[in-house]
Amino acid sequence: MAELNTGGGGGKGGKVRSKKSNPGVDLTAMVDLAFLLITFFILTTTLSKPQSMDLSLPDTDKPNPNDVPPEAPAWRTLTVVLGKNDKLVYYIGLTDAPYVDAEINGKPKLENYGGKGIRKAILAHNKYVLEHVDDPNKEGLTVLIKASKSANYKNVVDILDEMAIIKPRSYSIVDVTPGDIKMLEDKKIK
Amino acid sequence: MANIKTSKKSTRIDMTAMCDVAFLLLSFFIMTATAKVPEPKPVDTPASTVKAKLPERNLLTITIGDSAVYLGMSDRETRIAALEAMSLKYNIAFTPKEIKDFSLLESFGVPLDQLKSLLALENGKRNKPGIQEGIPYKGDISENELSDWVFYASEAVILEQQGRGVEKLKEIEVAIKGGSKEKYPVVKRVFDILQKQNVNNFYLVTSLRSEDF
Repeated sequence: MAELNTGGGGGKGGKVRSKKSNPGVDLTAMVDLAFLLITFFILTTTLSKPQSMDLSLPDTDKPNPNDVPPEAPAWRTLTVVLGKNDKLVYYIGLTDAPYVDAEINGKPKLENYGGKGIRKAILAHNKYVLEHVDDPNKEGLTVLIKASKSANYKNVVDILDEMAIIKPRSYSIVDVTPGDIKMLEDKKIK
Repeated sequence: MANIKTSKKSTRIDMTAMCDVAFLLLSFFIMTATAKVPEPKPVDTPASTVKAKLPERNLLTITIGDSAVYLGMSDRETRIAALEAMSLKYNIAFTPKEIKDFSLLESFGVPLDQLKSLLALENGKRNKPGIQEGIPYKGDISENELSDWVFYASEAVILEQQGRGVEKLKEIEVAIKGGSKEKYPVVKRVFDILQKQNVNNFYLVTSLRSEDF
C-alpha cells in the first residue's frame, strides 16, 4: 500500500526481505497540500466577485400631464439631508414647515450615520407611521434623500444601505433645495 | 497466533486516488480562476450590507475615481462595435490592429483622440498612474464623450442580440464603481448622464461591510 519501505528491516535475513520492498510513497502530505490549495482557489474565485446594490432612479422624460404625482401627507414624509463631515440632518414634513404635533417632533435634528444614529430615528418613525395609517399594505413612510454638494459618495451608499435595512414604503433621491442648505448651515455641516 | 497477525495489519489507507482527485480539482480551479485585471484607477468602494451579485455579461462598468471617469465593457463584440460607432461620430479612424487591441482592453479612461497613443503603448505601461486621465464627461449633458460611449455601447448590445436572433432583447446593465471619498456632485453628474441615455436602473459596486454598522 501507500508506504515507503525505508530499506533494511532490522538486519536478520536482510537479503531475502529487502527484495520484497514496497514501492508505494506516503501521499498524505501531498493530499493535504492539494486540498489546501483547492480551498484557497475556491475561496478566491467566488469571493472576489464584487457585490453590488441596485439603484433605480425615476424616469427623467417629460412627465405625462395626466399623471398625478403621488401625494403623501407631511407627517409620512421624512427627509434626510446629507452634509459634510459624515453628518446629516433629518426632519419630518415640509422643508419650510416641519411637522410638529403632540406625538411627532419633526424639527430638523443633527444625526450621525449607522445603527446608533439615523437608523433609530427612521425605524421609530416608520413604526409610528405603520401604526397610524389606515392600510399599512398600501401606505407607509416616504424617505427623501437629499445629498448636498459637501456629501461624498460613501454617505450616499450608506444611506441607501439604511434604506435596504429599514425597507420603508418608498424612498427616492432628490435634489437639495435652498431651504435644506439653510438647515445644514444652521447645524454647521454645510 | 491468529489474533496477533490481524493486529499487525497496517492502518494506512491508499491515498493515490484521493491525490488524483485533489489535483484534478486543483487544476480545474486554477484554470477557471481569472487573473485580476489591472485597472487604470483602483478605487476603494464604499461598504454595504446588500449582497446582490453583478451580472457577468452585457455589463458596462463606470469607474469614478479622483473626479475622473473610466469605462469598462464586458464583451469584446460590444467593445468593437462601440469603438467603430465612436470613430465614425468623432471622425477618428482606427486601424484593424488598433481595434483588435482595443477589444482586448478591459477598461480605459482617455479622451477618444488620445486612444491611439494609449493603444500604441505596451500592455503593462497602460495602467501606470498618470497615463489615463479619464473620459471627458463635462459640457453638455447629452453631448459629451461619456454619454456617447454609453449610448453606443447600449446600442451595440442590442444590435449584437438582434444579430444572434434573440427573442427577448436585454438592455445593457450599468454598474457604477465609485470611490468612497468621491464628491457627490461628480457622482450626480454621472447619474444625470445615464438618465439622459434612458438608463434609470443601475448597480452600485460596493464591498462587504465587515464592521458593526
